[in-house]
Order: sequence, then structure tokens, then C-alpha cells
Amino acid sequence: MSELHLPWLEAAVLLPLIGAICLTRERDPERARHWCLFFAVAAFCCVFCAWLDFESLEAERANDGWRLLSPIFEEPVLVIDELSGPLSSLTALLYALAVAATARTKARRFSFRLTLLSEALTLATLNCQRPWMLIALLALGGLPPYLDLRLRGQPTRIYAIHMTAFIVLMVLGWRLATSQDASRPAMAWSLLPLVAAVLIRSGIAPFHAWLSDLFEHARLGTALLFVAPLPGAYAAVRLLLPIAPTGVLQSIGLLSLATAIYASGMALVQRDARRFFCYLFLSHSSLVLVGLEGVTPLSLTGAMCVWLSAGLALGGFGLTLRALETRIGPLSLTDFHGLYEHTPNLAICFLLTGLASVGFPGAFGFVGMELLVDGVVSAYPYVGVLILLAAAVNGIAIVRAFFLLFTGKKYFSAVSLQVRARERYAVLALAALILIGGVFPQPMVDCCNRAAKLVEQQRWASWQGTSVMANKPAR
Amino acid sequence: MRSYDAFIQLLGLTVVAAPAAMVLILGLPSLAGRPLSERSISRTIQTAIMVALLAALTVLTTMLADGDRHLAIEVGNWVKIEHPHYHFSIKLLFDRLSVPFVILTFVLCGIIGAFANRYMHRERGFNRFFVFFAFFVLGMVFTSLAGTIETLFVGWELVGLSSALLVGFYIERPAPVRNGLYVWTVYRVSDAALLLAALVLHHVRGEGDFEKLLGAGPWPAGEATITQWQALSVGALLLVAAAGKSALAPFSGWLPRAMEGPTPSSAVFYGALSVHLGAFLLLRASPLLALSPALCAGVVTIGLATAFFAASAGRVQTDIKCALSFASLTQVGIIVAEIGLFAPLSAWLLYVPLVHILGHGCLRTLQFVRAPTLLLDYRSLENAIGTPLPHANGIWDRCIPARRRRWFYRLALERGYVDAWLADYVVTPVLRVFRVCDALERRWARLLSGSSKQGQDARPAGEESL
Repeated sequence: MSELHLPWLEAAVLLPLIGAICLTRERDPERARHWCLFFAVAAFCCVFCAWLDFESLEAERANDGWRLLSPIFEEPVLVIDELSGPLSSLTALLYALAVAATARTKARRFSFRLTLLSEALTLATLNCQRPWMLIALLALGGLPPYLDLRLRGQPTRIYAIHMTAFIVLMVLGWRLATSQDASRPAMAWSLLPLVAAVLIRSGIAPFHAWLSDLFEHARLGTALLFVAPLPGAYAAVRLLLPIAPTGVLQSIGLLSLATAIYASGMALVQRDARRFFCYLFLSHSSLVLVGLEGVTPLSLTGAMCVWLSAGLALGGFGLTLRALETRIGPLSLTDFHGLYEHTPNLAICFLLTGLASVGFPGAFGFVGMELLVDGVVSAYPYVGVLILLAAAVNGIAIVRAFFLLFTGKKYFSAVSLQVRARERYAVLALAALILIGGVFPQPMVDCCNRAAKLVEQQRWASWQGTSVMANKPAR
Repeated sequence: MRSYDAFIQLLGLTVVAAPAAMVLILGLPSLAGRPLSERSISRTIQTAIMVALLAALTVLTTMLADGDRHLAIEVGNWVKIEHPHYHFSIKLLFDRLSVPFVILTFVLCGIIGAFANRYMHRERGFNRFFVFFAFFVLGMVFTSLAGTIETLFVGWELVGLSSALLVGFYIERPAPVRNGLYVWTVYRVSDAALLLAALVLHHVRGEGDFEKLLGAGPWPAGEATITQWQALSVGALLLVAAAGKSALAPFSGWLPRAMEGPTPSSAVFYGALSVHLGAFLLLRASPLLALSPALCAGVVTIGLATAFFAASAGRVQTDIKCALSFASLTQVGIIVAEIGLFAPLSAWLLYVPLVHILGHGCLRTLQFVRAPTLLLDYRSLENAIGTPLPHANGIWDRCIPARRRRWFYRLALERGYVDAWLADYVVTPVLRVFRVCDALERRWARLLSGSSKQGQDARPAGEESL
């Protein structure tokens, strides 16, 4: 395996972890926010450098050059490849932007320590390819939102039931899947627990109750950062895709397609902005799964593109909603709010990120959505066109929410609701990424295409019982 | 010779680049929270449209001088994947259909831009109006010059979004916003149909290039190279897309609602350009129509139904913009019927609907911008003569009994009850199903969490504003 020039990956995971430990003794929320931002930005820089370093190597996979954790782990634990490189960078960026955009008034209640812990676990998860360790990290990753719910005194039962079921089924499923002859593809029945675990973690209907519960009761930032990297889809790619028969994957794909349409319809009738966002997100994450489970080169490339674009766009969308909530409290979608005159920047960002998520031309998601639709229609010729229905309804739901939140009446406020400098920078950074990615999509599409080839090749290699390293994809 | 070709290509690219630059110049400062002054906005709009118009006119002149009726400019692949083979190419097509349409776009947008500069002076949303207007111009140019269905889709979506946002321009009132959402919803249906048509095209031909699909011959002489059934399926989807965009029956309900927007945008969108986009799409796809008599029959039927509906509804409108919008729709219906009628007869007859579009667009724009002052003139006239203006009975008043006339009046006033029918039998049942699902989900969540009331459920459900 190739080696990076510096231990970027370990630094990216250790820095937020050290930050979380340091912040345990910090009582001043303003200082905690500054330090948290420092560690989050440092982690993003490390992850981004790791990606650049990896791209310069032109290798299939790479691990850290001189490893800091070699006294503990003999073999490299953190590995970067075409999939984890962009995903980790996106995740670290969202964490940094979320911390940067946290308002001073909310700093006292926002747990920066848990945020850094969650970032370390998520980055480790996205760069881990050892199955058992990945399962352990996915299980541990569910801890920060649980602690957040407990700290806020909110009900945890729904979340705990689903996460416990996920962990149990994941362990059982992987045990069953690996207990068979490794040179032959897994039997469909033995994959049922693993499939159920992936469905639960991805929030596919009817296992999505925990998602709406989390968005309703946890802090919006915590819930957003927990779901935005799509750890469920990541588990599907690393654990399920290489070994599952096509029929099983197609069944998951069809279930995901149904969820995407259902969730888009549900987003249309929500009376609360958080639940609206939850269903919008669920619809998009389901679309990613539809593409992944299509397992054609085009649908995989499209799914990867939508994974990144929807992650970025909906991450920004969620942060905009969070900024609005900070200003006027819980956002109801039963009446007009008329916030445009007070927060034009947030209104533009809301519309831009929302439309980018549904693949509006000129935004990052456009080409991804085109590829996904084309790929899914090839994979599921008759029902695949329903993906257009989900995209169309999502677009209507977003503009409906925009009109309800920003227009329709004159909002009177005794205090200024204008965006602060940090929020403005966060908004501009997101907008720039969405627009630049939309106008020049080729580099990202190439990257996603290589990731898709890697996934396809891993699946092929697994079915052939050979090592993927023996079959490097052409770059 | 090569430098001459390069010059023509440069001109062709300028036609698109100038509106794109206009969008950037107006959009980026707005995004950064530092909008330009009214004077800068006005100069940007005028300069960009003038440059693009001159470039388009020069292209037309060179094409006329060379006798060249078909100029395709390959901008290149925006996205290209070798394996699996996929490419998204951008191609601009200058021919006898696109050049007149794009020149009409620049002329009318330039005039309306200058008009709106005064009409919207010191309006709070002056910058917002012109940002949306710039997006509209760019969308129109992309749609007019598109050489592939993907490029056309980009423009189609930009026109749709700018249109919906301008309908909801007066953001402090709920009615424009509701109507903006209505327009956007219909446009999404239209967009989905167009995207589906693009998908079917990809599967039929392997690419969305109009030249490959509709024959390499210059418009209107192209001959499609697909089977009759394929033509019917792609054409039917394009017809749905066109119906949504041009407010053809049964999607006509959004047009009077769109009059909530500022008068300049109503003039250029629903009097002249946007409302003709559906007809333009059908003209572009006319070789498909020529292949399928069933498709032509469908186009003629929808066109005539729209014309009849709009003529009836327009006669009972009490507000001048709505009356003009229905008058506009009547003509659009006739244009669509002309396309369906002439496409199988002779390609050259397709110039009739094209000329009809150009003439109608100019006339209706003039009527829209004249409308506010026309009301003042009527008032002055009535003040001068001392009585309301006399109303002459038409032929219908003499032929149809009073009871029947009342029935027709109510039917026209309610726009054939199409909106009510769609709301009662399509929108409401779908929303009701999802509301029931939402209630069931909340109940399931309560059951799992063991609590009696949870989150938003505890809050009484208010009447929805949208």
C-alpha cells in the first residue's frame, strides 16, 4: 500500500480528540468556541492535505507515512482512498463551518466537546476499512448524539432502541456473513441482519422514526453533523456492496426509491422546519442509496456525486436553518415569517443550497443528479423514472419552505437579525463551493467516477475471491 | 478562412457570454450582501444586452451573406466520462428558428430593462428584480440557442425559477407568494417531463443532440431518424413540458396568477417570451411531429382547447393584466394548433407559427407596458364625456339566451373549473395521504417513546398559509 508523506489521517483524527479532552476543563464558552474552531479547522486542513497528498500519489489506497499510532496498532488502521478522501474533507468542512457559524448566544448551550469527539469518530469511521473496527466506530459514533439528548433532558428511547438494534444487527450480520466460505458470495438469508442494520442506520422506511425524533429533540447542529456524512451509506459501501448478491442490492434500491418518494411527499406537508429538513435529508440520502444499490458504473458515479453534492448543499441548508432558529426560535411552517428583509444573505443561502440539493443547473448537484437519474433508469428501467418524481417534489418543498420563512408578511423585530461576520463567511464559503463545483464539475465527477470504479472493483474482486490490490483501476 | 470561422464562433459565444457576465456582475455582489447601485445595475443590463444583441445581429448578417442557414458551435463537453460512456456537451445552434427568437429576446428584454429601470425606481427590491431578470435573460438565451436537450434543460429551469420568484416579488404580501408557489409547482411538472424526454432520447439515440435526433438538415427541413412510436413517446413528453411552460390546457391556471408580479416582468415573461417557450420547443421538435399523426392531433387539440378556453375566460376578466394574459394565451393556443396542423403538411409552413410568435410577442409586450396608462386614459375619457364608455352588444349577446349566457359567464369566470378540479381531485388527496402518514408516524413515535405528547404534536395544528 502506498504511503502519504505525513501522518495526515492520524493527525486529523487525533487533533479533534485532543481538542475534546482539552475542552473538558474549559468553562468559558467563548474561549471554548475559539478553541473548538481552531481544532476543527486544523482537522479540516489535515484531511484536505491527506486528500491532496493521496491524489498526488496516484495510488489506489494509501495510509499514513510515519504513523503516530504504530506503538498501539501494528497494521495501519486509517486508510484513504478515492471514496474516503472527498467524503472526509466534506465532513471536516461541515464541522468547521458549523462551529464557525455557532452564534455567541448559543455558545453556552452548544457542546463543543461533544462536537469535537463526534468529528474525531466520524473522520476515523470514514477512513477505516477494517470491518470490525468500522463496526465499532459506527457504534461509537452514535454516542455523541445520545449524550447530547441526555444533556438536554430530552427523550432518548427511540434513538436508543434504533441504535441498539443497529449495533446488534450489524455485529450479528457481519458475523454471519463472514462465517461462510470466503471464496463464495454470501447467501441472501445470511445477509438479512446486515441489510437491516444498514437500513436502520440510513433511516430507510419503515426504520426512520429515530431520524425525525433526533431532529426534533437534539440540537440541530448535532443532528445535522451526525447524519450529513451518510454513515449508513458508507457502511453499505464498505460492508454490504462487496458481498451482497445483486438481488439483495436491488431490493434495497427499490426500498430506498420508495423512501425517497415518500420522504419528499412528507417534506411537503410538514408544519415544522426541523421535521421538514429531516424528510428532505432522508429523501436525498435514500436517492444516494438507490444509486449505490444499482451497482452500474453510471449509477455508482451518480450516487457518489449526489452524496457529495447533497452533503454539501444540505449541510449548508441545515446551517442556514440553524442560523434562523438562533434568531427567532423554533420555525413553524404553518404561517409566513417574512424574514427576507432582515436576513437577505440567509435567504439567498437557503435558496441556493436548497436548489443545489435538488440538482438545479449551475449548482454543484446538477450533473450528479443527471448522472444518478441516467444510471438509475438504466438499472431499474421502469420504476427508475420515479426518481424524477422525488426530485420534483423536493424542489417544490424547498421553494414552499423558502416562501413561508422569508416572505408573505412584514416581520418586525426590536433587534437586528443581520448575519454576523462569521456566519457571512460560512455562507459565502458554501455558496462559492456550490457555484464553482456547479460551473466546473469535471474534477469532482472524475473523482467520483474513480471512487465508483473502486467500489465496483472491490465487489468484483470479492466475488472472484481475489484481492482488489491485484486489479488496480485505470486512472 | 479559419480566422473567419473563429470570428463567427467568437460572436456566437458572445451572445451567451454577455448575459452570463450580466448574471455574475449582478449576482455576486448580491450574494456578498453588497448590491450595486441603481445606476450600475441599469448600465450593466443595458451594456450586456446591447453587446449580445449586436453579436446576434452580426451572426445573422454573416449567415445571410454566406447563405449559411445552420451554424453549430460546439462549446465542448462540460462533463465527460470515458467509462461508462457519458458526456454532457454544450452546443449552440444558430438557425432560422433560434436566431429570430434570440434577437426577439434581446430586443424585448432591452426595452423592458430600460422601462423597468424607471418603473422600479427606488423600489425596495430593485436589485432583486434585476438579478432575477438577468437569470431570465440567460435562461432564454440558453433555451433559444440550445443544440442539445441538456443545454435546453439548463435554460428551461433558469426561466422557470426566475419566473416563479418574480411572481412572488412583492414579498410582504401573501397572495403573490402563494401564486409564485403555484407557478413553480406547474413548472416542476413541466421540468420533470422535459428531463424524462431527455432520458428517453438518451436511451433511444445514446445522446441528446438535436442534430442527431432531428436530422442534420437546417430547420425546418430536418427529418427525424427514429421510429413512429419513439417519436410519439418523446413528443408526448415534450408536449407535456411545453404545456406546463406555455400554460396550455390543462395547466392554464397559473397564467392569471402570474400577473401578481411587477408589470415589466409580466410583459416580457407572459406577454412575449416565457409563454412562447412551449411553442418554441414544439417548433424545435417539429420533425418529430411530422413522424406521428397522433402526436400532431394531440398538439392541435391542446392548442385549440387552450385558445377556446382562454378566449372565453379573457372576456370576463375585470383586471386589465389578467385580460391581457388570457388574450396572450389565446394566441399561444392558436400558434400551437398551427404547429400541429402544419408540421405534417410542409416544413416551410412552420414559418407561419414562427412569424406569429415574433409578431405576437412584440404586440403583447407593448400592450402590457401601456396597460397602466391606458386605464388613466379611459378614466380621462369617461370624465370628459360624463358617462361610462358605451358597451356594444356582440353577436353572442344576440344569439344566446340570457340564461345560457349566465351559465357561460360563470364557467368562464371560474376558468372552466379546471383549477378547482385539480385542487379537489389531485392536490388535496395527495396531500391528505401524506398528512395521514405524518399523523401515523407521530403516533408511532409516541408509542415508541412512551410519552403522551411529543414535540410538534403538542402544538395545535394551524391552518396552513400556503
